Amino acid sequence: MESILNSPLFIPLILTVVIVCCVPLVAGYLSLVERKILADFQVRLGPMRVGPHGLLQPIADALKLILKEDIIPNQSDKAIFWMAPAVSTFTALTAFSVIPFTETLHVADVNVGLLVISAMSSVGILGIVLGGWSSNSHYSLLGSLRSGAQLISYEVALAFALLSGVMMAGTLSMTGIVKAQAERQVWFAFDNFGLMLVPFVIYMIAAIAETNRAPFDLPEAESELVAGFHTEYSGLRFALFFLAEYANILVIASVAVTVFWGGWLRPFPNVSWLAWPLEVAFPLAVFAGSGILCIPLMRRLPSQPQRLFLLAVAAALVLIGLLFLIPAVNAAIVGLFWFFFKVSLIVYAMIWFRGTWPRFRYDQLMNVGWKRLIPLGMAAVMVNAVVGMLRG
Amino acid sequence: MNPMWIDTLFFYFFALLVLGGGVATITCKSAVHSAISLIVSMVGVAGLFLLQHAEFLFAVQIVLYIGGVMVLFLFVIMLVNLDESMQMRQFNRQWLLAVAAVIAAGVQAVWLLSKPADLPAAVPQVPGGPGNVQRVADVLFSQYLLPFEIASVLLLAAVIGSVVMAKKRL
Repeated sequence: MESILNSPLFIPLILTVVIVCCVPLVAGYLSLVERKILADFQVRLGPMRVGPHGLLQPIADALKLILKEDIIPNQSDKAIFWMAPAVSTFTALTAFSVIPFTETLHVADVNVGLLVISAMSSVGILGIVLGGWSSNSHYSLLGSLRSGAQLISYEVALAFALLSGVMMAGTLSMTGIVKAQAERQVWFAFDNFGLMLVPFVIYMIAAIAETNRAPFDLPEAESELVAGFHTEYSGLRFALFFLAEYANILVIASVAVTVFWGGWLRPFPNVSWLAWPLEVAFPLAVFAGSGILCIPLMRRLPSQPQRLFLLAVAAALVLIGLLFLIPAVNAAIVGLFWFFFKVSLIVYAMIWFRGTWPRFRYDQLMNVGWKRLIPLGMAAVMVNAVVGMLRG
Repeated sequence: MNPMWIDTLFFYFFALLVLGGGVATITCKSAVHSAISLIVSMVGVAGLFLLQHAEFLFAVQIVLYIGGVMVLFLFVIMLVNLDESMQMRQFNRQWLLAVAAVIAAGVQAVWLLSKPADLPAAVPQVPGGPGNVQRVADVLFSQYLLPFEIASVLLLAAVIGSVVMAKKRL
């Protein structure tokens, strides 16, 4: 037993299983969060029927998708149709393997970590292109063509933005990038007299285009293309594409946090008097606060079991908050808390963009990508290189 | 940790991917299936790079060949009419030339393998030392700077050529 626990493969293997199990669940709940936030922006309630305030909606959706009849179009290329969602899901989940959740909690710390992630996202295009083509439908083919063109265009801008961050850190290892930020005592987004904000903004724009989200959601433009590349997909295969999409959102947000927002570091990691408020009080306030805020929501619920369920959720949140008061537990989970807190801030911003901006036209999309973002990204690399060298 | 037989197992697995993918590339009727087989073959090559601890080459192989080149290939193939290509004859019957080429390649391989190995010994990975990326960069920008620059000029020529061909009116 002891030897198993001490094996260098123990944490990576356990973490792999946890990631593969949790990402579908998180992706499902991310869709609920998205629907709820969008509903809030539009002064609606969002999903309310399944569970209290729709809390069980993702479970119901997942069950429906798994149990649904698996339809394969008659004229489709069966083998490729079968393979495409698997490619998408595989690449999205593999990208998690190099993301450091905390200093010790990562599947692998390879010295080309960032390259592995961009490799996985570029192979992910393959799943979309193959899925769209093999369906043998015009909507799917057009959707996948748009999607492929968009991903290939914006990958260049994305790479330039990340290059600035890599240059500051002097390493491609994801853990190394965060450690470099700890050493410089500033998140890279605010380094170089604020000049690094430019690559961060470029990264965010390109990242939203990479994940095919509004305002760059032309590949899935419902009003024009039905649903884009996955028009012909149903049941479990559709669920896999859906999972890959939301896993990609998480990956993109995690990379942004790691490269630009200091990974698992809390804000101002070198200011010691902020340690207690930011490492104990703030997490406690976030969890216990959202738990307590659940209680007034109980009034609206129609039945007693639903009220009890929501009460249990509230109690669980408060208990998780109280965990941060125990010093030993706190040391283990505070990095994780800050990592996921920052990730959820970025995800919230991405949902906010979707609720705010109308869709771009195709030529506008290509203009922004090739004529604005790529030259700007190149300039940002140059300027940050010069400024970084002058500072020594 | 990491006994020899795991490495051997992975080597044969990736070698199988490379060869199987290669054979499928030329035997598949559909052009899209051929392209996918080629991708499988390239994944195998990337895996072999990884077995040699060339992490940088592994990642670049995937980004450039699978992510970049092959996706563009697929684009082109998908937009041409597949039914026509399905009816075309798949192999041109130049058996003599093919056999000669295969024999030449085989002789080369046998000659190379039978020679006493005077290849430079593999540099052991130093934990904590400069990583794979830094080493590649060091060699590329000092020892092999001129070939590197010449290759980039070649790429520039290709870029200009594609712009000239794509644009009807300059």
